[in-house]
Amino acid sequence: MGDMLQLENVTAGYGEAVVLNQVSFSLAAGETLALLGRNGTGKTTLINTLAGTTRQHAGSITLNGVALHALASHARAAAGVGWVPQERNIFKSLTVLENLTAVARPGAWTPTRVFELFPRLAERQTNMGNQLSGGEQQMLAVGRALVLNPQVLLLDEPLEGLAPIIVEELLRAIRRVTRDEGMSAIIVEQHPQAILAISHQAVVLDQGRVIHQGDAAELLHQAELLDQLLGVKSHA
Amino acid sequence: MSEDTVLSCTGLSKKFGGITATDNVSLKLQRGARHALIGPNGAGKTTLINLLTGMLTPTAGRIELLGVDISRLAPHQRVQRGLVRTFQINQLFDSLTPLQTLAMTVSQQLGLGASLWYHLGNDRRVADRCEQLLNQFHLSEVMDQPTTQLAYGKRRLLEMAIALACEPRVLLLDEPVAGVPAGEREELLQTVANLPADVSVLLIEHDMDLVFSFAKRMTVLVNGAVLTEGSPDEIAADPRVREVYLGHGEAHG
Repeated sequence: MGDMLQLENVTAGYGEAVVLNQVSFSLAAGETLALLGRNGTGKTTLINTLAGTTRQHAGSITLNGVALHALASHARAAAGVGWVPQERNIFKSLTVLENLTAVARPGAWTPTRVFELFPRLAERQTNMGNQLSGGEQQMLAVGRALVLNPQVLLLDEPLEGLAPIIVEELLRAIRRVTRDEGMSAIIVEQHPQAILAISHQAVVLDQGRVIHQGDAAELLHQAELLDQLLGVKSHA
Repeated sequence: MSEDTVLSCTGLSKKFGGITATDNVSLKLQRGARHALIGPNGAGKTTLINLLTGMLTPTAGRIELLGVDISRLAPHQRVQRGLVRTFQINQLFDSLTPLQTLAMTVSQQLGLGASLWYHLGNDRRVADRCEQLLNQFHLSEVMDQPTTQLAYGKRRLLEMAIALACEPRVLLLDEPVAGVPAGEREELLQTVANLPADVSVLLIEHDMDLVFSFAKRMTVLVNGAVLTEGSPDEIAADPRVREVYLGHGEAHG
């Protein structure tokens, strides 16, 4: 299987400031990539760069041969990039259902299927975005990215603030959509174990550069290396 | 109320139109309590904190702090009486440094807040308390940086330091480690574990490692109402709690 998403020597940041330095990796259809690193190492900037909200100074990003780096953010969504930003950014003046239908595109994921994944949202579907708890907003942000039926899903801390049972559900769903439906995913998370367990690849950033790239399962079982890369005792 | 009860609420309810966010909740915190409040997303945990701290007005029910009815007091009056909280999303003064923020809080606490033309830095008590808090919360090396430039974990620590600077009798922590990277988590966990023994703490958190290592007592909230209350062992073994909240332990950590 050829690579679906390719980053080559991507240098990007905010204004003149460079945060990411010559980042390169690629992702095949159906692959999940765990994006790890300490705080402030450029993980969110990388996700934002793929979504098109930073300033890219150099390098190329292609999705199925389409040059994403030349596209505006909304055009990247149309080209198949689904983004769950860290701040959730749900539409607060729309209902839960409207948040989903406003962006839904044809494909396997429909609002109904999102409600099956998150029954809590089904109960809240007529509530406005600003009437949701933090965790419910998180579910909605993930659901809204899924109904875009993207080719690649960018998840910036998708498990944050979610109840353990919902975390299990969401991890199962991510595994299912990537393995069974060929969607790719890049996931930034503070719990490396949970994400490495469902990922194929792992990329670790430090000071905006890739300092480790390899098999996710291997890294999961190398506790010492993981501690060293993330600068902590990360194993539970 | 027994002598050891520091904070209690009785029959507390809150309705938003047709939605009952808090449903007849009664809860007691003992002196020095390490109490966790857990429950599914949208169960009403933050709403309960907002009711206890006066940020929301209850539809029904009564709240007592140290035996005094505080149900009708404004949030700042509750803080003055020792009921202090942290927020799920940091609420900080971004343009101030940690030292300035804490000096302001400590000064207010010492009754110096209204003194115009007074050099707060000259007061030894302010300086000493700030130094102590900066050390306790691992903020000494960043005390002169603008808060907006601090790493997320440090911002969480500052949020907790401000709360402690208010000399709380009861501290309500709303998801203190949410969003904190693994590298900064340990520091924060230790700080939570080392909170003063006489301060009663009510903790909301989805990180079960933290909850089960911290709490001596737990209350489970579902659909705004108390499902059950018990020791961590009792809660972990309760099939209803596994069903609605904990799941089967494959993923959380």
